[in-house]
Amino acid sequence: MRLLSSRRRHPAAKALLLVAALFVIGAVYAAVAPTEQSAAEPNTSQQVTKGKELFSVNCSSCHGLNGEGTSQGPTLVGVGAAAVDFQVSTGRMPLAQPGQQAPIKPAVFTNDEIAALAAYVATLGPGPAIPDSSQYSTDGLSAEEIARGGELFRTNCSACHNFTGQGGALPEGRRAPSLVGVPNKHIYEAMLTGPQQMPVFSDQVLPSQNKREIIAYLNAIHSEPNHGGLELGGLGPVSEGMVGWAIGIGVLIGFAIWITARGARAR
Amino acid sequence: MTSSGTSGVQSQSPEEINPEQQIALEEYAEHDMPVHEAVLPVPDPGVEEHLPRLADVDKAAADRVERQVVTMYLLVPVMAVLFVLSYYLIPRTESIDFGPLHSSAKHVALGLTLGIGVLLIGLATQQWARQLMANNEVVEERHPAHSPADANEEALRQLNVGIDESGVPRRKMLIFSALGAVGILAAPALVLLTDLGPVAGPNYRRKTFETTLWKEGIRLVNDITYTPIKPEDLSIGQLLNGVPENLKELSGTEFNNAKAKCPIVVVRMNPADIKIPANRQDWQVSGILAYSKICTHVGCPISLWEQQTHHLLCPCHQSTFDLADSGRVLVGPAARALPQLPIKVNDEGYLVARSGFPVPVGPSFFERDSRHDLGQSQEYR
Repeated sequence: MRLLSSRRRHPAAKALLLVAALFVIGAVYAAVAPTEQSAAEPNTSQQVTKGKELFSVNCSSCHGLNGEGTSQGPTLVGVGAAAVDFQVSTGRMPLAQPGQQAPIKPAVFTNDEIAALAAYVATLGPGPAIPDSSQYSTDGLSAEEIARGGELFRTNCSACHNFTGQGGALPEGRRAPSLVGVPNKHIYEAMLTGPQQMPVFSDQVLPSQNKREIIAYLNAIHSEPNHGGLELGGLGPVSEGMVGWAIGIGVLIGFAIWITARGARAR
Repeated sequence: MTSSGTSGVQSQSPEEINPEQQIALEEYAEHDMPVHEAVLPVPDPGVEEHLPRLADVDKAAADRVERQVVTMYLLVPVMAVLFVLSYYLIPRTESIDFGPLHSSAKHVALGLTLGIGVLLIGLATQQWARQLMANNEVVEERHPAHSPADANEEALRQLNVGIDESGVPRRKMLIFSALGAVGILAAPALVLLTDLGPVAGPNYRRKTFETTLWKEGIRLVNDITYTPIKPEDLSIGQLLNGVPENLKELSGTEFNNAKAKCPIVVVRMNPADIKIPANRQDWQVSGILAYSKICTHVGCPISLWEQQTHHLLCPCHQSTFDLADSGRVLVGPAARALPQLPIKVNDEGYLVARSGFPVPVGPSFFERDSRHDLGQSQEYR
């Protein structure tokens, strides 16, 4: 107590006292005040409520408190549950930092949390629902249907993703990702919702049967064994040319230097 | 093996003035300029002094090189035998993994044995040439390219004798009829050239490569599946690779020729985000626009469309077109805007062409009718 009384005229005493008072009032209010009620609609399910909570904490700083969009992120009204499922379960969202393109990373949320987020965003406006497995399963497709999937892929997708789905470059540092090893569901959702620069291929124009054929084509070419040695990323002449010029011609230059070098002399 | 005997040029002592330096000195004197040694051309250093190699002076070293070369040559048949053995003995299904590199064991063995064999021949020959073969520096002076004057005169004399003896100076008909006989053979060759195809005059071009299957009322259908499209099927940000419905009736060469010109990309954008000039207002259906899929540069099919920037990028040479702004060229080698196909909705609610393409689609060529084109500059810049 001697310390307190002797320092009571210290210049910082007033400010410290004010902070302490504010802290006490805040703590008392938090203990006494009633817990906040969610302003839920009477028929809103528990999942949507949970989704809204997750959304407010994790997404609203860019997409707005009601998903209306801000200068930092687009509106989510009408994007549908499929877009949320794709973006969040591939780890593209939540975005770690702004950039040309959202990178793929390990998913931050559990499946339940993703479902809750998707359910909440689906209530913002009508949009494509998460496809069920009968839509993207490739079981029972005939060879003819898979071949047609190849034609559809080369017509609609190969401009960006390369004709075997290896991915490719887009302007200004963006890129079309590789489709090797991407789950069927995510390929389907990407076609359905058009994430980032990718155009939409809606079910009305490209029915789910065609989408299944495309997925089956990708699975078929990606499961082919490769006994040809180093495929160099399968990007075509670009990667092969680079290896040819950098390594092949480099070795030849080395030999040329050796052949024309003067070599050791006896004195 | 000494250096002095065969060397053609003697090295100069530094005090000597060479002819180039002499010319420079005279020029300086003529213009009354001070002469510093530094500005004189560098004296010809001549051929470098020949120094013997280790193998030239030391017999043991030469023997060692010989052993190396012979060993390398002797390893070549070993490699050849290994190649033949791997060809017959390694099963085709066998594979080897080098980290992520998955390879057929047979191919690896064949490549390594043959490659090492060829490499050994090269290395051995090179080592032989570098260490054991004579390596005296030799200077070969340039010779004049023309023949001596007397040889020229003799050749001319013989030619004139030949002409005289052939009788041509006295009997001129001989040479005229001979030249005529050879010349007329050009006619059959020229006739065969007509097989290259019809002459592409303006009428022919208008009927063939300046026109497509599109005309009023032809439905826009999905490429490959030929399903017709209604405006409500397309959401904002949608891309559709389309063809005219009447393409389905064609086959073979006709189909290929038509499909090289008629494909389109149909995109739907938010009408608030895009610029539609007044004279193209009725070419679109609430933000749904159709453009030729054939690049105006050299005719690659383009469908790399970024839905947020509305840019369409050609994969061949990176020409970029802005579909939100009448398809004008943003960057790249293409000089003309992407032709837009006017579209409307028919009575059944399907998207159809309002007319054919107003300008010829496809790559530029010299005689192309470019009067109605939207260029890179003009009113949009």
